[in-house]
Amino acid sequence: MNPGLQGRVFAPTAPYLVGREKVREFSRAVFATSALNFDLDAALSAGYSDLVAPPTFAVVVQESTLAQLLAEPDAGIDFTRVVHGDQRFSYTRPIVAGDELTATLTVASVKSLGGHSMVTAESTIVDSSGAHVVTAISTLVVRGDE
Amino acid sequence: MNPIRSTETDGALESDPNVGALVSAPEPQAPALIDQDDLTVGDVVATREFHLTRDSLVRYAGASGDFNPIHYRDDIAQSVGLPGVLAHGMLTMGIAVQSVVDWLGTSGQVLDYQVRFTRPVPVDPETGATIGVTAKIGVLDAAGARVDLTVTFDGSTVLGKAQVRVVFGAPSIAGASELSDV
Repeated sequence: MNPGLQGRVFAPTAPYLVGREKVREFSRAVFATSALNFDLDAALSAGYSDLVAPPTFAVVVQESTLAQLLAEPDAGIDFTRVVHGDQRFSYTRPIVAGDELTATLTVASVKSLGGHSMVTAESTIVDSSGAHVVTAISTLVVRGDE
Repeated sequence: MNPIRSTETDGALESDPNVGALVSAPEPQAPALIDQDDLTVGDVVATREFHLTRDSLVRYAGASGDFNPIHYRDDIAQSVGLPGVLAHGMLTMGIAVQSVVDWLGTSGQVLDYQVRFTRPVPVDPETGATIGVTAKIGVLDAAGARVDLTVTFDGSTVLGKAQVRVVFGAPSIAGASELSDV
């Protein structure tokens, strides 16, 4: 992997509009049962502006930034050797339906460890007003030749 | 209120198509809100089991956009040295935190969640895979609570350092709340 990637900041992704049915679909897929994820009245009466997305929903928005990273011509990342090492989501507020989210990827670090490489990708996700919603951080391990 | 909740195995929601192969349903939402002062470090706030099938993986692939074939094709999984189709790590992560989401109800919000993927979860085409989740209070402080998850499959831990940061209280106006970073 190219160590020069460290510190690189990518172009913001196209805005992602969080749909109400997408929130329901994702919620079902992660076995969510909370009324906040499915029932608009319940979400409104709990003080949210619309259906609340589950905590890991941000991965849907983050995904396009990881695609940018893997497609970067000089990155030298072999997709078939990539293993997801760890993942974190740090929210300022939960994602709700109606949010229009834009993600900007920064390569926080590139490290080599015993033939493997580790890249930490930090995607900062903001709403249409530019306010921070969530930062999604993935560490990807790229296995070396065995 | 007693923060300790036991596993429900009555299967009341099993036939609900909205919840897929959920085998242990959460208790009905408690009317009383959780008071942080009633919690103690070490309290087990949820113990759950979730049953995954190949259908669950297909559903998650569609919902998340992660169409890596190792999550639905045994031949491809085996060609890269895996025993067979694996659950998406992000699916295991997403399911595990539901134990905390269901415990919290409207008492608060999950504002930070991290895991390390330490072991894959193979999902048998016929019998699926059952994931066990135990959620325990790890830290209580001015910001709220840190809930530590133990997530197991087949007797082994599959997620490391699985930590959920929750804040208590109602959201300020959603869409643009002023909750501080944790």
